[in-house]
Amino acid sequence: MTRAGPVLLRLILLAVLVALAFAPVLFEGSRALDTAARLCVMIVLAASFDLLLGYAGIVSFAHTMFFGMGAYGVALASLHMGRGPEALLAGTAAGAAAAAVLALVIGLFSLRVRAIFFAMITLAVASAVAVLVSQLSTLTGGEDGLTYRIPRALTAAETYGTIPAFAVGPIAFDGLRISGKIANYYLVFGCALALFLVMLRLVASPFGRVLQAIRENDHRAEAVGYSVLRYRIGITVISAVIASFAGALYAIWLRYVGPDVTLSFDLMIDILLMVVIGGMGTLYGAVIGAVLLVLAQTYLRELMGPNLLESLPPAIADLPVLPELLNPDRWLLWLGVLFVLSVYFFPAGVVGRLRGRRA
Amino acid sequence: MTTDGVADPHRPGIGARIGAAMPWLLVPLIAALGGLAMVVQAMPGPEETLAALLRTPDLWADRAAAALPAIAPSWITLTLAGLAMGMMIFLMASGLTLVFGLMDVINFGHGAFVSLGAFVAVSVLARFGGWTASTDLALNLAAIGLAALVAMAVAGTAGALFERVIVRPAGGSHLKQILVTVGGLIIAEQLIHVIWGPAEIYIDRPAALKGAIVFHGAALETYRLLAVAAGLTVFALLALVLRYTRIGLIVRAGVQDGEMVQALGYRLRGVCVAVFIAGSALAGLGGVLWALYQEVVTAQMGADLMVLVFITVIIGGLGSVTGCFLAALMIGLTQNYTAFVEPKLALVSTIAVLVLVLLWRPAGMLARQSGRMS
Repeated sequence: MTRAGPVLLRLILLAVLVALAFAPVLFEGSRALDTAARLCVMIVLAASFDLLLGYAGIVSFAHTMFFGMGAYGVALASLHMGRGPEALLAGTAAGAAAAAVLALVIGLFSLRVRAIFFAMITLAVASAVAVLVSQLSTLTGGEDGLTYRIPRALTAAETYGTIPAFAVGPIAFDGLRISGKIANYYLVFGCALALFLVMLRLVASPFGRVLQAIRENDHRAEAVGYSVLRYRIGITVISAVIASFAGALYAIWLRYVGPDVTLSFDLMIDILLMVVIGGMGTLYGAVIGAVLLVLAQTYLRELMGPNLLESLPPAIADLPVLPELLNPDRWLLWLGVLFVLSVYFFPAGVVGRLRGRRA
Repeated sequence: MTTDGVADPHRPGIGARIGAAMPWLLVPLIAALGGLAMVVQAMPGPEETLAALLRTPDLWADRAAAALPAIAPSWITLTLAGLAMGMMIFLMASGLTLVFGLMDVINFGHGAFVSLGAFVAVSVLARFGGWTASTDLALNLAAIGLAALVAMAVAGTAGALFERVIVRPAGGSHLKQILVTVGGLIIAEQLIHVIWGPAEIYIDRPAALKGAIVFHGAALETYRLLAVAAGLTVFALLALVLRYTRIGLIVRAGVQDGEMVQALGYRLRGVCVAVFIAGSALAGLGGVLWALYQEVVTAQMGADLMVLVFITVIIGGLGSVTGCFLAALMIGLTQNYTAFVEPKLALVSTIAVLVLVLLWRPAGMLARQSGRMS
């Protein structure tokens, strides 16, 4: 499962890796860097969700809650402990610990009886936490969220040096100031890469194999002698902790946390779409899904924009419903259709298609 | 105990009998606990903290006696509000729990029918603006009844489509069911945006249902009374149909053991589709009542309500209509009392109820004990 498969898939994954690794050099402007950092975080988040959904066959709706715990951990630590690297570490650790404990409790409660309880109970708990966070405004900043300061070494104010401008044949390079912002990006990128590699190792380990066995046939796995409950709870906790690390990275990058960017149900749907469209049960699917969705969210609106509607022939534009269906605000409709079709016809998603026979 | 003092060996002990009746006792118990919490909150006098008062037990009786008459009208109002909310949640949850019991299908898109019913009702009520603006109660009720009928018809039709296109191809895999029904929910919400526009729509309750009746100093909103009446009617009808008709018998048998019912020659597939359609229509009805209660509709309202609906069906025990009814009342009451005592904890308190019930009965209050377990 961990081998990347045919050439095209490998090339795409390599391109993503190179693009992310050299993002500050390859793409100009802070918006591109923002997108790249968001992408790193989303890849980790989607991959950790795939550990649950694709490898263990468990549907959770609380993944954004764990993500938010990491993010709020960093935010609260930075606010109360002052600006410094130890605040970031302490916040990350506290967020991860909270996520682990809550995941353990939810797992014990709901997985004990029926696996489908888990989906419903995570949904209920996650929305209760989201409501609580937006209402306990003295602690969490409520709907407005929290802004805080991170170490100066990670902000644009710090300069580490410059890459001079040069031109080699047709390739011209404008020169680049290596700011703390870029150091921050490489912190996010490096941690995301490390977490992704850890997850790759995990699914190839005996533990990962047992999880897949449970997904395929839990009664048989139980009969062979594995404690299904223990493995399911184990992966729930691991996936929650990795999600909280992703949240901590996102908080370090954004210097802001709020319910909309960390806890919302919309984000949960995004993760679900990433994993299913990219391909369940393969971590590379999470990469592809995250790339597709993040790029679409950032650039699709401009690409389709109002131009598409204006370019429609008048005979179509005057129809009652059709223009509304093609409105860029309604892209979630088509993603939803794609999502349902993926579940039925391409359960292994884009990656499965690229791998061909493995689908 | 028999008259000669010899214990009847077949008669269950007092513990077992209380255990069996417990789900029914929990509803009044929660009402009493809610009242107690309100009294305790009202007990401290001015410039006195609750903690200080709790250290002086001698004062408790006086203060409670003083707080009781002040708090009683609010308690009555909140109890009615909780019952009304519970009835509406029951309408939305009953279809979900029956469909699960019969088809082993868990529909995460159930909330779409709630939203759909609400939006259809808004359109219908807008068409009959004259009926809703009049202060004649009969005309108002006719408008709401008509809106409810149309909404149920549309939601039922949508349910038939949903069952055929989204649910049936998923087969028996719970994972697939959850995923595709979430996908169906996304699509349905977006289609509502396409048809009715992306903005939330505000509606006015019909004129005669805006006020309140005053009863012993407590304000009882007329609309809440209507919601309670509607919920009770539906529960009674459902119970009667399930208990005394042939189709009810087949449904109950199907919940118990579907394969056996099919082996006896009944086409369970058709019954399942009918139950799915009826459940969707009831969700639509719940949506209509909820829309008029909140006086605003959004495409996400159904998905938001699903949180409470899921808590309800888990507490009640998946597959049990009676359990669902009792659980809905418990949730409605808990929400309203907590919202009065400590508003921030309203949703958390329902989760606390869920946790307590699951500690007591891990599969829910009235879950069937035998049959398929996964």
